[in-house]
Amino acid sequence: MKLPGFMAIVITMAFAGVEVRAEEAPDFNEALQGLGSKSRTTILKSIDQLSELNDPRSLSALEALLGKRLRSDDHDGLFIVDESGEIFVDALTGEEVRVDPDSLKTPRINNRVRRSLKPLIARLRLRNPDVSIRLAAAEELENRPSADAADSIRLALEEESDQTVRNVLEVALARIELKSDDPQLRLGAVEVLGEHGDRNQEAELVALLDQNEDGQFAESDPAVREAAQSAIQRIQRTAFLNDMAGHFFYGLSLASVLLLAALGLAITFGLMGVINMAHGEMLMLGAYTTYVVIGLFEQHLLAWLDWYLLIAVPTAFLVCAAVGMLLERGVIRFLYGRPLETLLATWGISLVLIQTVRLTFGAQNVEVANPSWLSGGYEILSGVVLPWSRIAIVMFSITTVAVVWWLLQRTRLGLYVRAVTQNREMAAGLGIATSRIDMLTFGLGSGIAGLGGVALSQVGNVGPELGRSYIVDSFMVVVLGGVGNIMGTVVAALGLGVLNKFLEPVSGAVLGKIFVLGFLILFIQRRPQGIFALKGRAAEA
Amino acid sequence: MKTKNQLKKIVCGAIAVALCLGAAAAGAEDDDDTIKVGVLHSLSGTMAISETSLKDTVLMMIEEQNAKGGVLGKQLEAVVVDPASDWPLFAEKARELIAVHDVDVVFGCWTSVSRKSVLPVFEELNGLLFYPVQYEGEESSWNVFYTGAAPNQQAIPAVEYLMSEDGGGAQRWVLLGTDYVYPRTTNKILRYFLNSKGVKDSDIMEEYTPFGHSDYQTIVANVKKFAAGGPTAVVSTINGDSNVPFYKELAAQGIKAEDIPVVAFSVGEEELRGIDTAPLEGHLAAWNYFQSIDNPTNQAFIEQWKQYVKDNNLPGGDERVTNDPMEAHYIGFKMWVQAVEQAKTTDVDAVRQALSGQVVQSPSGYPITMDGKNHHLHKPVVIGEVNHEGQFDIVWATDGPIRADAWSPHIPDSASKVADWSYPHLCGNCSEPKISHSGAKSSPASQ
Amino acid sequence: MPELHTGRHPMHSARAWWLLACFVAIAAVMVPVFNLVPDEDSIWKLPDFLIPLFGKFICYAIVALAIDLIWGYAGILSLGHGVFFALGGYAMGMYLMRSIGTEGVYGNELPDFMVFLDWKELPWFWYGFEYFAFAFSMALVVPGALAFGFGWLAFRSRITGVYFSIITQAMTFAFMLLFFRNDTGFGGNNGLTDFKRILGISLQEPGTRVGLYVVSVIALLGTYLACRYIVCSKLGRLVTAVRDAETKLRFTGYDPLQYKLFVWTFSAVLCGLAGALYVPQVGIINPSEMQPANSIEMAIWVAVGGRGTLVGAVAGAWLVNATKSWFTVAAPETWLYVLGGTFILVTLFAPRGLVGLLESVRLRGRADSTSPTGSEEVDP
Repeated sequence: MKLPGFMAIVITMAFAGVEVRAEEAPDFNEALQGLGSKSRTTILKSIDQLSELNDPRSLSALEALLGKRLRSDDHDGLFIVDESGEIFVDALTGEEVRVDPDSLKTPRINNRVRRSLKPLIARLRLRNPDVSIRLAAAEELENRPSADAADSIRLALEEESDQTVRNVLEVALARIELKSDDPQLRLGAVEVLGEHGDRNQEAELVALLDQNEDGQFAESDPAVREAAQSAIQRIQRTAFLNDMAGHFFYGLSLASVLLLAALGLAITFGLMGVINMAHGEMLMLGAYTTYVVIGLFEQHLLAWLDWYLLIAVPTAFLVCAAVGMLLERGVIRFLYGRPLETLLATWGISLVLIQTVRLTFGAQNVEVANPSWLSGGYEILSGVVLPWSRIAIVMFSITTVAVVWWLLQRTRLGLYVRAVTQNREMAAGLGIATSRIDMLTFGLGSGIAGLGGVALSQVGNVGPELGRSYIVDSFMVVVLGGVGNIMGTVVAALGLGVLNKFLEPVSGAVLGKIFVLGFLILFIQRRPQGIFALKGRAAEA
Repeated sequence: MKTKNQLKKIVCGAIAVALCLGAAAAGAEDDDDTIKVGVLHSLSGTMAISETSLKDTVLMMIEEQNAKGGVLGKQLEAVVVDPASDWPLFAEKARELIAVHDVDVVFGCWTSVSRKSVLPVFEELNGLLFYPVQYEGEESSWNVFYTGAAPNQQAIPAVEYLMSEDGGGAQRWVLLGTDYVYPRTTNKILRYFLNSKGVKDSDIMEEYTPFGHSDYQTIVANVKKFAAGGPTAVVSTINGDSNVPFYKELAAQGIKAEDIPVVAFSVGEEELRGIDTAPLEGHLAAWNYFQSIDNPTNQAFIEQWKQYVKDNNLPGGDERVTNDPMEAHYIGFKMWVQAVEQAKTTDVDAVRQALSGQVVQSPSGYPITMDGKNHHLHKPVVIGEVNHEGQFDIVWATDGPIRADAWSPHIPDSASKVADWSYPHLCGNCSEPKISHSGAKSSPASQ
Repeated sequence: MPELHTGRHPMHSARAWWLLACFVAIAAVMVPVFNLVPDEDSIWKLPDFLIPLFGKFICYAIVALAIDLIWGYAGILSLGHGVFFALGGYAMGMYLMRSIGTEGVYGNELPDFMVFLDWKELPWFWYGFEYFAFAFSMALVVPGALAFGFGWLAFRSRITGVYFSIITQAMTFAFMLLFFRNDTGFGGNNGLTDFKRILGISLQEPGTRVGLYVVSVIALLGTYLACRYIVCSKLGRLVTAVRDAETKLRFTGYDPLQYKLFVWTFSAVLCGLAGALYVPQVGIINPSEMQPANSIEMAIWVAVGGRGTLVGAVAGAWLVNATKSWFTVAAPETWLYVLGGTFILVTLFAPRGLVGLLESVRLRGRADSTSPTGSEEVDP
């Protein structure tokens, strides 16, 4: 059996029950009942039988098994419980029944069961009226080609009207037909794969060109081999472009994370000249605020849980701004003009904040789940998945930058802030309450750091040390961009993010980062004031 | 003028500090009616995330033992210190615990480097350390009892499972880890093991990320690409903090456990608390214990822990879970108590002798034995799939406890090594057990 | 600190010399005597574990002096001195590693971690480290060379103030990542550990520890004298001028580059020395010494003790570390509050550090002074 590896396994598994199958068709009810078994072997056997029967009636029970909503009792009874966990339906008859939930057992499934369960469900869903469900089903079949499904796919192709679904189905069929004995079918399959296929299929095509020790090709027909050759080239060409696009997107998303982490610092450090080592802790407080908001939603507004971010964003801003203003009034305002001493005090503040959070919420990370509309991703190109959470962060960072820019450039507060930043005495002379502006500016910076915290909570850890991992990067971004210049921060974040992601595949994650840091040090030699040098309180110092 | 006064102040200050520390030393020693138990776990810094619950576990066990009347008629007293995830500080605090506070046993350390850092101290002062975390092996010390898993009690069974039909028949392997000694050694052992099973080097992808790495976009995309070449499994030795971004990225890029299962050796219940597990359903972890294991000992253990958390109002409250290293401390502590009672003294040499062969009924459901020879436990291996509640569904387990290999037979350099501390042998690392004639007190260090 | 600018007398007065001698007598003679002579149970016995602890503090004090020299006197804040300290430590660690010989776990000539990484021969950058003299000179040369190169680039481009601080932080961060890699060849995250002997003498012996401690005290004394000489010399005054008015100095015809570069490199060499003394006493060197947080903490010792006074730097290093050591045991849950609180309070109420505070209290006690604090601008 010299089948290419992947197929060998999939087919072996799909046919696991075939040889022992009885001559006559298995009994539908019996097969269905097997799904509720305690033994996974029985469950697998049932799935095989149901797969052979291909009966749409089994779909709801299969879906329930996958979703852990299937229950069985000791007397061959099989029930499906709905999402609420209260209404029970008999899986065989489809009638609602009253049973004692405590007497029921949930059949345990594992990856192996899921591997045969999901393609079967997908097959049965190919006729679903909902296009998105059909597409998902088709993709599932594309990922796990099994000869069983070939007829269902051909049938579905006859009726399918949606072009996207058709393409996926054709690839799925081609992957099955690639194994057929008919060279004509194989040739057609290779052509389809060259047309629509991606990297997932490349390996199979390459396997066709494999030679064994005797110099025989895995694929006997030279015409098919030739077609495979050109199909591989086509796939590789698009794959290369996709990779480049992927690096760029990943770089963009890393850049937006860096930007959100650094933006608050661009204000507290960049504009005000406070070497704010507690900046990371503001990020952390923002993330913990998100966690607390989720907790409140779970207690009081469970139905609206998916929309917690709408509340978390303003709350995090307010909480962090309040803490920031408190710190400004309590500590930092005594230190203006002594920037290096703010380093010492804010370092102390950061220790205190970390320990306070640790003693309040525990040293362990806390869970911040993405809302369901941010889970998963969008496959923008084959192999390049843009997670919704990252897309949202890119959008969020653009919005935040826009708002900050508007605040600083277009509002009276922004005017005051800039005035105080550039010339404190003159601003005071003109009647600006500099002390109040200082407080508000620091509050603004801290609040924006809080927003950054909300964003970071969607992609990473939420723990007491969260801030520590971003503080160095944040300072780098601000300094590279030029202290006191918001646009500089944006450009720097973008540059560092994209550079990092293009280096990473070449040099590995660690060396990539080291190169970026080295680049930064050398860059500062060329432009000692960052990309955009600006006059400000820090620049004067 | 001022300098000399400053100097005087400094001199006074230095003396004062010295006196304070000295006084602490003196003050600590006058208390003879208790038995002191040292707890050496980071409560701040990067490792606090993992180690804090271990400190709580030891305190809980001590409280329970004291309620039962203590040990040898004396109450136990915990001496908790914070080495702050700072490796040299671990050595310093270990020395202080043994030399100043006169503790009879220490429960502590998590990372390999912290263990390596304290090892010379324990060997020099003849202390007793219980180390509760799965680690890379390649070590056996006279003064350390390893209650976590060695690689053959965790990594190899997990890989065998993934090769099996049940596990998905993986043929290509991604060994992904944080760049430090545990993942490096484990992956080295696994590579030798996989090669011996006929897996070619071209079918193994090995990749390391630094501590605290948080951007896994590229790596996950590469794993996807690699997996196109055949059924693939990922063996993750990613440490602590990096797991959340890693798993979030897996979920975001749509890698499902049925397609590319990820088996993790450093992800337990505690780590899953920080993750939304719904998209991770089916990914695996291999340990010697899971909270979801169903037996009376474990139920009692969980109950006791929940009660302790509640009574002491620990942060996290109801959400606190038990995990494998906590269970290891549970076993280690009970074993130490049994050994002390059997030896009728807390003297390290006597207790070490008594510890060999000690048996404790563990929450994993098996009676666990301390191997008298290599100071490791015989432990069962359990593989669990993540479920949506942040717990593990057990999918596979060994028939019973298996013995730890202190020295891996899969690494050529250590295949021939033996660890044998059973009386009168003194040998943690030699090709043939040596016999000591000089008595127990002269610690043989790692020879 | 008007005295600093006016002359050399206060630091070189007879009483200052006398006090210094007292200090050295206590540190280098009394401590070892009280440790070695009395019986185990005597109340006069200085516990064994304090010796390496004191030795560590002494090394930190050398680092603090080095930082004070460039921050307190030249106005250059480095947030990357940890890297020089660690490089010195690594050089010494490599010597200690090599002198383990075949007594390692795998009984190989190569250090254990190389055996473990399947390396067959010693990488070129490990050559020569089996000789103490070579290793020790490398402990000074490597940090010095790195500092010289870095400083030459940075000072020539006139990078100052926070920009300089941040790129030093980037430097130490990059080095930390580099040393964390196992492939770099310095033992990765575990670093170098499991040392057995130095110059053929076992490191486990209490006598060795006392010896290392005394050597550290002498090194501290030497560092102190050297720093004192520098700050009291013409060079010192030029450097102070760089701190206070670099532009004016340039206009008067001096090129600040060479002066800055000299103190900066010298400071790094001192850190290397401290690192080399530190490693045999704590028994491990690993990349976490290069964490940016460690370097920040080093600057904080100086700030707490009193910037611009050499004694303040030494005192700060001792005080912060003794506090830390004490409270991590006495109050393991809350010691960060104590430490953080101290930093905040010192900044707010004693901007010139504890030495400055003591001085102002003393002056106020005399009731003849105007407020000495607050008015002075030290920062760049």
